[in-house]
Parts: sequence; structure tokens; C-alpha cells
Amino acid sequence: MFRRFDAASVAFTFEGMPVMAAAGETVAAALLAAGVRSVRTTAVSGSARAPWCMMGVCFDCLVEIDGVANRQGCMVVVSPGMVVRRQVGAKDLG
Amino acid sequence: MRGFDLIVIGGGLVGGAVAFGAARLGARVALLDEGDVAFRAARGNFGLVWIQSKGAGMPPYAHWSRQSAALWAGLSDALSEVTGVAPALRQNGGFAFCLSDDEFARQAERVQRMHNESGGIGTRMLDRAELRAMLPQVGDEVVGAAFCPIDGHANPLLLLRGLQAGLLAKGGEYLPGRHVDAIDYDGGFTVQCGAERFTCAKVVIAAGLGSRDLAPMVGLEMPVTPLKGQILVTERVRPFLDYATHVVRQTDEGSVMMGDSQEDVGFDIRTTTPVLKDIAARNIKVFPLLREANVVRTWGALRVMTPDGCPIYEESVSHPGAFSATCHSGVTLAGAHAMALAPAILGAGLPPAMKAFEAARFKSGKINVPSF
Repeated sequence: MFRRFDAASVAFTFEGMPVMAAAGETVAAALLAAGVRSVRTTAVSGSARAPWCMMGVCFDCLVEIDGVANRQGCMVVVSPGMVVRRQVGAKDLG
Repeated sequence: MRGFDLIVIGGGLVGGAVAFGAARLGARVALLDEGDVAFRAARGNFGLVWIQSKGAGMPPYAHWSRQSAALWAGLSDALSEVTGVAPALRQNGGFAFCLSDDEFARQAERVQRMHNESGGIGTRMLDRAELRAMLPQVGDEVVGAAFCPIDGHANPLLLLRGLQAGLLAKGGEYLPGRHVDAIDYDGGFTVQCGAERFTCAKVVIAAGLGSRDLAPMVGLEMPVTPLKGQILVTERVRPFLDYATHVVRQTDEGSVMMGDSQEDVGFDIRTTTPVLKDIAARNIKVFPLLREANVVRTWGALRVMTPDGCPIYEESVSHPGAFSATCHSGVTLAGAHAMALAPAILGAGLPPAMKAFEAARFKSGKINVPSF
């Protein structure tokens, strides 16, 4: 569905699986390029969502990054070794 | 020229509740709503059904609020049944937090005074340990709280939508974009909106801050002024707060709303960083876990305040059949407005106990300090 122009050289994980991204890509772009079709489930009904606006306004790309919940995947650039997980439902304030 | 049994001027929570309540009883009702030029307190509301502090120094207001608390579940059921829109009522009690021993003493004094004036509703002071047992998440700076078992909260936007949908479902008309220019009286009323004319047997002025100019058209006075409140809303988070409080509540869908600022700054609905910062800081003291929540929206809105903070309800002496209805608690009083005020307006008029709400009280020289 998506074709990458630059070589993928940055390694991170999504749900424990290794994913490669190009330098400078956002988490949301890298996950879409890797074929991930759903990155979160909604807070109220629990239905699946994927990145949509890719510019920081729709909040459909929410993921947990390095243990921090509800990060906007489209606003965060991938860094080597990043641990990304699905955002399942609402964030827990603990 | 179309005719109705009742025209309600003002499409907010007060007007909507009266209009729905009347249509539910079979009256032909029109609800005139000015439009987005209006200040629309109903769309900036915090959503509390808040009884514990209402009517200090004015027992009729305390009793009216308690009556509304008792009628709210019936309103919620009626809206659900008629429209399928449930206003997310949760009425399992509310906390007013105290952040110092002084505040605790003042709250305790108020609870006792209201008990003496208006009778008990089960409000009690909780010390730190008792409070922690009910709300394990409260912060160390919270000394205690007043807890009132009949307080609650609801979704004010769903309530507004439900009232309008309910009016339509019961055969009423919702007429937006109508600014009322004049009201003529010849035993019945003719309401003029631009080139349109509507006639009715009875009319209710429930136009929030717009009421001040409309009321004199039918021989009434509604000397209301704006009082700004600012609100912060967070992202949706897992449920941690199952109760109403006077400063923070978690909605049924997980958002956390924080508010309770009061600014006397005229017709100004802008948000300001210092006030938002104060609201956030106070709420982080109450619930330290809110530090981790991201704020996604803020807004300002104007409360509709009378000189003593209590509602105005009155039938005009010079124009019988014309009524005033205004308050700053459109959510709290929605139960009473739909289920008690609307039937009285349609029927024999306001009961004698409601004389206390007439605007003449503002001329008596002694005006109570507004209470929330």
C-alpha cells in the first residue's frame, strides 16, 4: 500500500516485533509502511483505529511509546530501539 | 401567523426543559432560539447536578434544588424513552474538597447552617481518613470534604440535545435563528421575530443573558449579569472518579473536566492562561494523578447570574400568562424545570411557595451574597 523512497535503517519494535524505518520518519508513517493496519482501540467502544490525518489533529494514531501512553504516533520521529505498543482503550493514569 | 399554547423564548437548558416539560403534557409548544450570536451558557456548562451548597440563606432555593434532584431521574428516563438520548446522569453523591483546616471549618459551618435553615439531606463532613476510604486517589493536601449523597452530574450537551429532540418528538417546534424584537399583548401574546409573527396564550422568557432586554416587554424584570467560568478538558482516561465534585468530574466517556473559576469581566468568553493554570494547579492538588493527563480543550463561558445568585421565576402582573425563568444552574434545575415548573406554567400558575423567587426581592435592600 505504501512505498518507501529512502532506505530503512532505523530499527524499533511494535508489540515486540522488529520494524525498520527510514531516518526522520514518524512512528505512524513507519507503522503504515510496515503494513500495520491498526495501532489502537478506542476509549469508549473499543473499535480499531489506524493513523489518519498524519498532521497531529485527529488523534487516531495514538500509541504507547517507551512506556508513555497516548502519544501521537504521527508527531514523534522514530529513534533506534524505540519500544512502541498499541494503545488499548483509554490511558490509565495509574 | 402560527399559534401555540406556549412559546418559550430561549433555546438553552432552562428554555429547553420548560418547553419539553410542556410538550410532554400535550401542549402545542414553540421554542425560539436566537442563534450562535447568543452567549449560550448551555453549551459551555460543566454538567453538575449540585445541591449541597444551593440556597444558603434562601431556603426556598434549597428546597427547589432538592426537588430538582429528586425529579432528575424521571426527566432522564423520560428523555431516554422519548428520544433515545440519555443525558448520562450519575447521581451517587458529590464532594466539596477542603484544602486547609480553615476551609474545612468554613464548610462544616455551612453544612450545619444549611441543615438548620432547610433541613438535612445527608450532607456530612469527611475527615481525611473517611475521604480516602471513598476516594483513594485524593492528594495529601486535601484535609477533608463535604459529601452530599444527592449530588450528581450529567452530560450537559446530551441534555440539551435530548430536550430539543424530546420537544420535537412530542409535536413541538424548535425555531432557531429567531431574535425576538417585540411582544404584544391583548389578552394573548404576539411574538415578533423580524417579519414573522407567532401567537400564544402563554409565553416564558428563558433567554439567559438576553432576558434582561426581553423581560420589560411583558412587565417583568430579569436583572441578570454575566459571570465567566473557564474549563479545561483532558484526553479520555480510565475511570478513576465515580462521583461529582465541585471542581472536577470525569465524564461517562472518560474525559476529565476541571473548572469552577469565577470572573466578573462582562461579555468576555476568552480563556486566559493564569486562570487555567490556577484551575489545573488546584485540581492536581486534589488528584495528583492528573499530572499525567493531557489537556485537549479549554473554553470560557458565561454564567447567568442574578444579583443574589438565586433563580428568578415570576408571572407578570401587568401581562398575565407571561413568565420569567432564569438561573445559573440549568443542569441542576432541569428536573424541576421540566417536571414541576412547566406543569405549573401550563396549569394554574406558580404555587405560592415560589413567590420567594420574584424579582421584587432585589429592591428590598437586603440581598444575599451569591452562593454556588
